[in-house]
Amino acid sequence: MLERVFTGSEKYYKLLMSLLAVVAVGFGCYLYQLTHGLTVTGMSRDVSWGLYIAQFTFLVGVAASAVMVVLPYYLHHYKTFGRITILGEFLAVSAVTMCLLFIIVDLGQPQRALNVLLHPTPNSVLFWDMIVLNGYLFINIIVGWNVLAAERKGVMVQSWVKPLIYLSIPWAVSIHTVTAFLYAGLPGRHSWLTAILAARFLASAFAAGPSLLILLCLFLRKHTKFDAGKEAIQKLATIVTYAMLISIFFVLLEVFTAFYSNIPGHMHGLKYIFFGLEGHARLTPWMWAATVMAFGAAFILLNPGMRENEMTLKIACTCVFLSLWIEKGIIFVISGFVPTPTEHVVEYYPSIPELCIVVGVWALGFFILSLLYKIAISIKEELAA
Amino acid sequence: MEDRSRRSFLKIGGACALGLSALPAIKVSAADVQSVFSPAPNALTGKKWAMVIDMKKCWEKGKEGCKDCSQACNHVHNVPDIGNPKDEIKWIWPEHFANAFPGQESEYTPEEIASKEFIILCNHCTNPPCTRVCPTQATWKRKEDGVVMMDPHRCIGCRYCMAACPFGSRSFNFRDPKPFVKDPNPKYPARMRGVVEKCTFCEERLAKGQIPACVEACKAKALVFGDLDDPKSEVRKLLHSNYTIRRKPELGTEPNVYYII
Repeated sequence: MLERVFTGSEKYYKLLMSLLAVVAVGFGCYLYQLTHGLTVTGMSRDVSWGLYIAQFTFLVGVAASAVMVVLPYYLHHYKTFGRITILGEFLAVSAVTMCLLFIIVDLGQPQRALNVLLHPTPNSVLFWDMIVLNGYLFINIIVGWNVLAAERKGVMVQSWVKPLIYLSIPWAVSIHTVTAFLYAGLPGRHSWLTAILAARFLASAFAAGPSLLILLCLFLRKHTKFDAGKEAIQKLATIVTYAMLISIFFVLLEVFTAFYSNIPGHMHGLKYIFFGLEGHARLTPWMWAATVMAFGAAFILLNPGMRENEMTLKIACTCVFLSLWIEKGIIFVISGFVPTPTEHVVEYYPSIPELCIVVGVWALGFFILSLLYKIAISIKEELAA
Repeated sequence: MEDRSRRSFLKIGGACALGLSALPAIKVSAADVQSVFSPAPNALTGKKWAMVIDMKKCWEKGKEGCKDCSQACNHVHNVPDIGNPKDEIKWIWPEHFANAFPGQESEYTPEEIASKEFIILCNHCTNPPCTRVCPTQATWKRKEDGVVMMDPHRCIGCRYCMAACPFGSRSFNFRDPKPFVKDPNPKYPARMRGVVEKCTFCEERLAKGQIPACVEACKAKALVFGDLDDPKSEVRKLLHSNYTIRRKPELGTEPNVYYII
């Protein structure tokens, strides 16, 4: 099966080469960071986590969202998703890989990363996050690979894979819950200290992930012979619609609790992202852009005519993905540090090398995704032929 | 002859790898290994080290802009003076009342309190969130005396403890600190780039029978160090005879640094 990554059209090779070029730039910047320390990033004593950890948080959601195609197919025998479960699982593989890389590039002493295994610490949520993320990566590689191999041979998947498939469903929920617990259990970080965080993370993940999957399906239909089918895409669109509405609802719940209770600590974070605090307002344009896109996407998705029209659906999915990427992949993590524990407002802005590393990791993720999708699509094309 | 196929070799190899990888997990569940070291005969020993900071003494008896405590600490511990707030390392430093005790101030707070600076440092909390989150046990609460310890050699630099500390007491070496240490103290190790550090209540001095450097350096005697577990200790006497406050007591971390204002 693996050999299919080496045969492809010129377009396919161009895609791989351009992704590798971006990876190379990111890797160069990472070597620079490695020799000079994290001082080359925009992070500081006060905002001690930045885009790296924010990307990690967002991508855990993308990875978890594979469950949105796996669950209907395997638990409810929703056959229409049979064609795209592999796309969901391979998307999860590349997303978790990016998550792990974002953790590594964020470490001050990456060569000591294995200390987490050498000194296992069950009271640290980060220890559990390491367990669930690696577990999820292996489950998806094993399941995806075996299901695809069975499909190629035209046989039922081997019986030992089935329990792993069922395990992957609660496991997907666990990765985002544990990731939310990284934040939701810290005293003194008011924007993070909210019991609804895991639910909020899951809702936004189940909107962002499937919207990316829709866009990927449309891309594949345009550039390959693989067609996910209108029904599958429309069903995904329905999932995105509900998840997006729930996601917006959850954020509004946060706004209510903070402002009706009038507790300063709870309001600070929201005031900072929407209006700025003490004249510091670097995040507000992003937050408003995310808000406008979120409501715009919700409007399109709620309108059946526009949801079924592929052009408007594409716009809606792009808006959902970008809006939630801004909310989770930029704002959520950074705004948790504002104001600081000593009530100073310190802002963060990523540096150029930091941005290059971020883009480099994303490119590496998409490179892996391209290889995995190439295998899956080649096999599906061969079977269709 | 036994079956020596590649398959069986791989099976045995795999089983061995699995066994080895399970070793740390087994170690964790095994009983704690008792420390083989005993404290030096002249070491200061306490069950629950704490500090009482009398800000009135600091303001009244100390000179304007006195930095004796932080300078002593910085020198003893090779704390670098990087000179920009982004990368700076702070163990003990001054903050205004509204910043040290957020939410406690009002528009009628006496001018002398609102405008003066308070000394803040690691609170060596009884329930420290920083040690709870560390994935490598590079920071931990020492059972014998309650000092929140830090092992910069085990730290992987994930900075989870910095996110967890509600007092901003932890610093990260964003860059190599050594060039920024003007007058290095060869008796105390320097840190490397990429690890977290903080006040350790001078555990290295306690072990030699010395009180913390900041306490020793304060000419106004505003900083008092002692054992909360000992009813006759000076800190207990001060807590008994003065109304004291702690930083963010509502978070339940139980800070062990008390303030008289």
